[in-house]
Amino acid sequence: MNQTPKLNSFRAGPDEDGRFGIFGGRFVAETLMPLILDLQDEWDRAKNDPAFRAELEHLGTHYIGRPSPLYFAERLTAELGGAKIYFKREELNHTGSHKINNCIGQILLAKRMGKTRIIAETGAGQHGVASATVAARFGFPCVVYMGATDVERQAPNVFRMKLLGAEVVPVTAGNGTLKDAMNEALRDWVTNVDSTYYLIGTAAGPHPYPELVRDFQSVIGQETREQILAAEGRLPDLVIAAVGGGSNAIGIFHPFLDDESVRIVGVEAGGKGLEGDEHCASITAGSPGVLHGNRTYLLQDGDGQIKEGHSISAGLDYPGIGPEHSWLNDIGRAEYVPIMDHEALEAFQMLTRIEGIIPALEPSHALAEVIKRAPKMDKDQIIVMNLSGRGDKDIFTVGKILGMGL
Amino acid sequence: MDKRFADLKAENRPALVTYLMGGDPDFDTSLSIMNALPEAGADVIELGMAFSDPMADGPAIQMAGQRALKSGMTLKRTLEMARSFREHDDDTPIVLMGYYNPIYVYGVDRFLDDALEAGIDGLIVVDLPPEMDDELCVPAIAKGINFIRLATPTTDDKRLPTVLRNTSGFVYYVSMTGITGSALPDPSLVSGAVQRIKGHTDLPICVGFGVKTAEHARLIGAAADGVVVGTAIVNQIAGSLTRDGHATPDTATSVTTLVRGLATGVRQARLVAAE
Repeated sequence: MNQTPKLNSFRAGPDEDGRFGIFGGRFVAETLMPLILDLQDEWDRAKNDPAFRAELEHLGTHYIGRPSPLYFAERLTAELGGAKIYFKREELNHTGSHKINNCIGQILLAKRMGKTRIIAETGAGQHGVASATVAARFGFPCVVYMGATDVERQAPNVFRMKLLGAEVVPVTAGNGTLKDAMNEALRDWVTNVDSTYYLIGTAAGPHPYPELVRDFQSVIGQETREQILAAEGRLPDLVIAAVGGGSNAIGIFHPFLDDESVRIVGVEAGGKGLEGDEHCASITAGSPGVLHGNRTYLLQDGDGQIKEGHSISAGLDYPGIGPEHSWLNDIGRAEYVPIMDHEALEAFQMLTRIEGIIPALEPSHALAEVIKRAPKMDKDQIIVMNLSGRGDKDIFTVGKILGMGL
Repeated sequence: MDKRFADLKAENRPALVTYLMGGDPDFDTSLSIMNALPEAGADVIELGMAFSDPMADGPAIQMAGQRALKSGMTLKRTLEMARSFREHDDDTPIVLMGYYNPIYVYGVDRFLDDALEAGIDGLIVVDLPPEMDDELCVPAIAKGINFIRLATPTTDDKRLPTVLRNTSGFVYYVSMTGITGSALPDPSLVSGAVQRIKGHTDLPICVGFGVKTAEHARLIGAAADGVVVGTAIVNQIAGSLTRDGHATPDTATSVTTLVRGLATGVRQARLVAAE
């Protein structure tokens, strides 16, 4: 956080209007403009305030459990027979995913701003759980909007949020997934502007959210950089992460963007294939548009109507992507590829059996890409993958698909 | 548009601004409702451009948009609707209202040319605040299409000049924070807000959000230059439909009956206020 931007750097964005090239911006209703300008002011003050950074770091260490380990997956490496594979173990964080990094940061901002109520949207429920957790820790009432379809397929996380004291509101509009939950959270925010802090879970939305979420998540990449240098004495050849909205991915990518030798790959949800509508590959199969406060790649029709995506993973089931990813794609610094549902499912099982780690279905997409690439790389090459969440929440979904009753 | 507001000022009454979602529940019914609005007493027509994700709208307008999209409505068809209306009515200002993405995807220049050609007088694009003026507002004004801005209770005196900088036609004061279709706010607060905005601009101030009846229209119209009615009209359409969402013979008349009542309300606004 707060590093001086270099000239000719890929890490200097966004500009003062919140743009990464043509992407990003502040496409919100006038009611919300004063709020996001306030948030930006508070964020500018906080990121330069040593006391804020000290509190963030203290909570990172003692509440989240940072730094998360960088683990050499020896058996998987041997099995695939190519590049050395490391996992950044974000699934070992408190609450089981990277989402808590951002939530701790934003709740400290909410506290500084004198807000008294937290709202959040959630897809897989990981961000909802992390939001409910920090709301409990700091004594805020919390309302989580969640698509009705997701409420059903992520039942364990719904129960966790309720245990943590949050109110979970199922959203039935549209397909009842993350996009619809985000619309509903925005409606709540526009209605309760004075009291409410909107804790956005991904590196998308109106400026300054993409920037501040990225900065809170960049701890992942900063640690990874130090850890891989300590373990291998050099930078990795490939950094890879799953991308829905893209917060775990931008968190691990960002500190490596200016390292030319590091190839960066984001993995989108290819769902049942890119030919039809049942996927969430916004960059691979979408086009630029404006939704939820920013310009970015979206799944949409020729009339600019947003499509409902599909993914086996609720956390990737979003028809857009963070604006910085759209920019990194267009300038060619990062590459984005799709992975199908069935490939992710196979990767999920492989990691469970070979390394004894049950990954969430979201990073299982990244893992499936690792499984494709590692055998084609040399044995002295290094891949780092962000293992962004654990799979406990997904065992019911997977059990159902594999025909195992639970 | 400027002429319409000047004429109403001479008549000493506020404008009745009526909103309908283009294509709700289908193109032909929606066009027949639009054609009937001026005679029923509408002074300005806001024509909604359907969008899949209307973040600032309540359930009523969201459902109206879904009905329109389901019936095959597109931005191109919405412009066609305006063009058809213009064949019978050269005077009633038409303001297109909606969200930016369909316009962005249509292409801003092409959209503005087609809108001009269809007889559009103004645009209200909910998710384009002044910070995004280069996208559409500046090009629209350059081509002679009004860009009407929303002001809200969160728009304080410090921000008002920013909001009013590139605006024309009228100012749409959203009388409460929240989504469309919420309850009516306190008329005295609205009056205070209108006076506050008038301290910053000579443009007419139209007030919306929460106006449902002739009595509401009368109360709000006492202080404002115009009263915007949207959700009540959309609800009237929704209430007249068959269970599977199709128009009935009552659909158009239920709207014109409501609008006639509202028109009576705005015509009484100043009379009562003067007493």
